[in-house]
Amino acid sequence: MFIIKAPVEKSIELDHDIYLLKIFCPEISHIIKPGQFLNIRVSESMYPLLRRPFSVCDVEGDHFYLMFNIFGEGTRILSRKHKGDLIDILGPLGNGFNLDDDFDTAIIVAGGLGAAPFPFFSRSLDNKKKIYTFIGGRTHSDIIKYGIKNIKVSTDDGSEGFKGTIVQLLEKEFSSIEGKKLKIFGCGPNPMLSALKTFCVKNNVECEVSAECAMACGFGICQGCPIESTVHPETYYLVCKDGPIFNIKDIVI
Amino acid sequence: MSKIDLSVNIGPLKLRNPILLASGTVGYGNEISEFTDLNKLGGIVTKSLSLKPRKGNPPQRIVETPAGMLNAIGLANVGVEAFLKEKIPFLKKFDVPLICNIAASTVEEYVECTKILTQEETIKAFEINVSCPNVKEGGLQFGNDVLKVREITEKVKEVTDRPVIIKLSPNVSYISEFAKAVKEGGGDAVSAINTLVGTSFNINTRKPKIHNVNGGLSGPAIKPIALAKVLEISRKVDIPIIGIGGIMNWKDVIEFMIVGASAIQLGTINFIDPSAAGKILNELEEFCIKQKINKISDLTSSYKL
Repeated sequence: MFIIKAPVEKSIELDHDIYLLKIFCPEISHIIKPGQFLNIRVSESMYPLLRRPFSVCDVEGDHFYLMFNIFGEGTRILSRKHKGDLIDILGPLGNGFNLDDDFDTAIIVAGGLGAAPFPFFSRSLDNKKKIYTFIGGRTHSDIIKYGIKNIKVSTDDGSEGFKGTIVQLLEKEFSSIEGKKLKIFGCGPNPMLSALKTFCVKNNVECEVSAECAMACGFGICQGCPIESTVHPETYYLVCKDGPIFNIKDIVI
Repeated sequence: MSKIDLSVNIGPLKLRNPILLASGTVGYGNEISEFTDLNKLGGIVTKSLSLKPRKGNPPQRIVETPAGMLNAIGLANVGVEAFLKEKIPFLKKFDVPLICNIAASTVEEYVECTKILTQEETIKAFEINVSCPNVKEGGLQFGNDVLKVREITEKVKEVTDRPVIIKLSPNVSYISEFAKAVKEGGGDAVSAINTLVGTSFNINTRKPKIHNVNGGLSGPAIKPIALAKVLEISRKVDIPIIGIGGIMNWKDVIEFMIVGASAIQLGTINFIDPSAAGKILNELEEFCIKQKINKISDLTSSYKL
């Protein structure tokens, strides 16, 4: 974990308001694990004041990629960065996905921009392990397919793929997934994670999810990002430090 | 060896320099020690400790506002017992004055906490939090009552031989009245200011962005208010002041000292740049060299009105 200023190599607009930023930073690229995140200061001005957390979308040698949509002032500033601009990065932060567990098939379940960490995830997974990917959104334009293959898609309005939620699609397709030891990896909005938890408990499937919460520091000092724990109900987990990756059984969502 | 004398006194407490890290922005020291050499600091102030562990408020606890942030952590902490057992051993490794911040719901609880923590010699002073805006009981309820502030100061002083600093609320009409009460109660210093009560609403859902509804506003947005409060105390009450409120750089430190602070605490900046304290310290020293200020403590209350 350190603070570093690293230059933008390339800024790519993937789709309307969805950006990919390629950053040259061997220090972070060589050590970061899928599911970990970076806390980024988009400008030195007083507004926006706080850093913003981003998952790393992919890593290629000395470079890493950030994927984001323009959500507010911070991401708008980030979308205007050009080649050579320096980005103030704090990281790598958090724990990351457990990729070495005893499973032979990974099922990715992502909602909207929750797809962001999975190109790096897929690249890092032992290639003997099979991957099934489910990506859902409200509508066609929410579906991000960057860096991921063989995707099954759902949209709430039916504008692409299955009409319904991504967990409903998973339920429908689940029996056709081959593999002896399955593990689900999820990232997306809380209602999706909540439905995913119900599904995993019902079907007794192992599942790790990336949780999200507003935070300031990103490494445990501000205590701003609590998430209810089923393991230690007398205290909260902190998303930044104890997570952001949790076994879905260990958190209340 | 520095040519400039950066040391300051907060009543009987002698610090090697005026830079302290504020309660609630450094946890119990371990995370921030990866970015800042604690041995160089004037001191660190722990997260508020209560007699029993506190879970704190449910999410959302934080929201960003223009040039600031609102927080309603709700005094989440491990409690004094776990602090002594689990956190003190790490802090003992450093040569940095440790100030324990104490929060409580009753006068008795403040006294009890102080009594227990006084047994630990590593703790060099206490900062009593009578001004947390984010809990139902205690906190601000005390901070708004001059007589209670005086009573808490007196009773805490009775059970400890360590300096007692009272952290004051800015959410009052005349903060100097409270500083006066601290002095009369035998307190050694005041910290000013704690956060200002604020809120923020989502215009679509019409719900508060923070679960607690209100939060404490911190960051550069509150600096002018903090400076005015420090100046008010400095002009009316003869008591050492630790200035707090939106300090982002060395210039802010100087400004706080000029209006009356003997030392300062860095808060919100630690979330943004956890290595800020070291940089600020170096820049302060450079400023003193350039301005031919041999003793940094000469800056305190050097305002010209």
